[in-house]
Amino acid sequence: MENPYMPYPVRIDDIEIATEDKSLKTFKFIFLNKGDEEKFAYQAGQFAELSIPGVGEIPIGIASSPVEKGFVKFTVFRTGVVTAYLHNMKVGDIMGIRGPLGNWYPWDKLENKNVVIIGGGFAFTTLRSSIIYMLDPANRNKFKNIDVVYGARSPGMLLYREELFEWEKRDDINMHITVDGTDDPNWKYHTGFVPTIVEQNAPKADEDTYAIICGPPIMIKFTQPSLTQLGYKEHQIIMSLENRMKCGIGMCGRCNIGKELVCKDGPVFTLEQINQTPKEY
Amino acid sequence: MKFISIDKKDWAKGIEASRKTYTLFGPVKDKNSFLIKKLENDILPEMDYNDCVMSAKSVIFPQTEKMLVTSLDESQEDHHIMKKSETDTSPRAVLGIRPYDAKAMELVKLNFDTEDYRDPYWCDAYEATTFVGLGINKPGPFDFSTSTGSGPFEEAGLDVLLADFDDKYLAKILTDKGEAFMDTCGFKTSADETESGVLFDVLKKEAEKNIASHIDTDKLKEKILLELHEAPFWDDFAFSCINCGTCTYVCPTCWCFDIQDETKHKSSIRIRNWDTCMSSLFTRHATGHNPRSTKTQRVRQRFMHKLKYFLDKYDQGIMCVGCGRCVKSCPVNIDIREVCKMMNSYEKQN
Repeated sequence: MENPYMPYPVRIDDIEIATEDKSLKTFKFIFLNKGDEEKFAYQAGQFAELSIPGVGEIPIGIASSPVEKGFVKFTVFRTGVVTAYLHNMKVGDIMGIRGPLGNWYPWDKLENKNVVIIGGGFAFTTLRSSIIYMLDPANRNKFKNIDVVYGARSPGMLLYREELFEWEKRDDINMHITVDGTDDPNWKYHTGFVPTIVEQNAPKADEDTYAIICGPPIMIKFTQPSLTQLGYKEHQIIMSLENRMKCGIGMCGRCNIGKELVCKDGPVFTLEQINQTPKEY
Repeated sequence: MKFISIDKKDWAKGIEASRKTYTLFGPVKDKNSFLIKKLENDILPEMDYNDCVMSAKSVIFPQTEKMLVTSLDESQEDHHIMKKSETDTSPRAVLGIRPYDAKAMELVKLNFDTEDYRDPYWCDAYEATTFVGLGINKPGPFDFSTSTGSGPFEEAGLDVLLADFDDKYLAKILTDKGEAFMDTCGFKTSADETESGVLFDVLKKEAEKNIASHIDTDKLKEKILLELHEAPFWDDFAFSCINCGTCTYVCPTCWCFDIQDETKHKSSIRIRNWDTCMSSLFTRHATGHNPRSTKTQRVRQRFMHKLKYFLDKYDQGIMCVGCGRCVKSCPVNIDIREVCKMMNSYEKQN
């Protein structure tokens, strides 16, 4: 068994400013050793520790998709010591990635089901990974209807805008893009908070429909009643949690909610599971 | 079962002989108490110690441990590529470890050696170590180890168990590792198996009789986790807590750690340090949000982890060996025995 604390060395291949306020950047990494990319085989919904020697590590959801080969991508919000340092790094710099870590969205269970994806703000990274995965020609027929509700404060704060607008044009995915508000007279998508847009546009629940939610706690809190109103049961609501982490492999002891460790038993839980644990997230 | 008799006059010579092969750890006097420390040359373990503020966990899990090293010097070809720090995995032996501390190692192993991941630092150290325990003839007033599945002569996690009979030690050999250590020491005088067994039993029963403190844990398993979590007594237990973390540092089963990077000139190291769930920083997100921001939440976390989460997760008993160190060291007299009693007897009022 390999040392689980040892990151794979990577090179920053590209850095893209992801939002108009420059608080988010998308980093594209290439593995220095060819074999490491294979060892890093991941599923949509997993995360990894971005590891900068001399600075520290941060757990970040994987934004690239398992069907995208040759690189991995992470979109990072500048907020603490490591993320601030990372935002100042340059293309060509060497650092590390440790993972993939945690569980993933239950792709086996979601086969032949309708999937409703609900995201808010910058919690759209593993959802992007999931959408790219589901839309891949090899996978699209494994799923029935795909609906996406995604909202941000303003148009310039939406992540992956070009991809969003391309998906909007397709007929095998129903996009419901929304912003809290905008003064752009040409804005042709929704205006309003995510819970409202969910209530108005998301499909009603039946046995074959599952919702995946990712977003700030406040959005999750207010979206749950909308989904309940649409008939979604606790086991049909799938969520991805965040907690402070260090090891990422279930050993350092801080990210637990009751006996579940968010880093190893999660980060993906159903609402049914979460309701069995203390709300310490 | 094999028993060896060791005349105390031969003890020092045997221990000296083992240094050729083993790095030794054992109890040494430190200020007003004893600590399990590395035994430098010529220092012998003070086997008749009666009180040890800290457990033996640091032998396997140092307070600070180097994990990775990296050169940041861009003129080097491998700059910014992290490498495993060199660790000493040569044989070591802990002499005179308390049986409950060895039992604690077995519990902690469940965390560091899992189906999915193996922590190489902890596991390599654990595997390199021979645990030479010393039965406790006169348990102290805080000892409640017999109610936690351990006890003054418990053998779990030990390779050799010594019993002190004034002028000699009787050694019960429990594993091959233990036998190898005794061989290296040159301790070879076999003792009669039946007779030694009886002697051990008498000493054990006598010691257990001296333990006046007990807890009941029988109902913890059937309690509903969320009901215990929501129980009304947590504020009372946490009221006097000053979140100093002493309970977590002295505890042989507390393993939580932090990972930090340090840089000096052009080289950096990644280290891990003991951490404590009593600190609010332990869970504070970079955004400032903190899922356990109040001390009640943190005190509850510690006891729920020890007495409920661990039990539910592994079904191997509670995460407490009854050493009583946290009870003795707590500056505000918070007592895990009282918490356990409340939890074990808690019935939700409707």
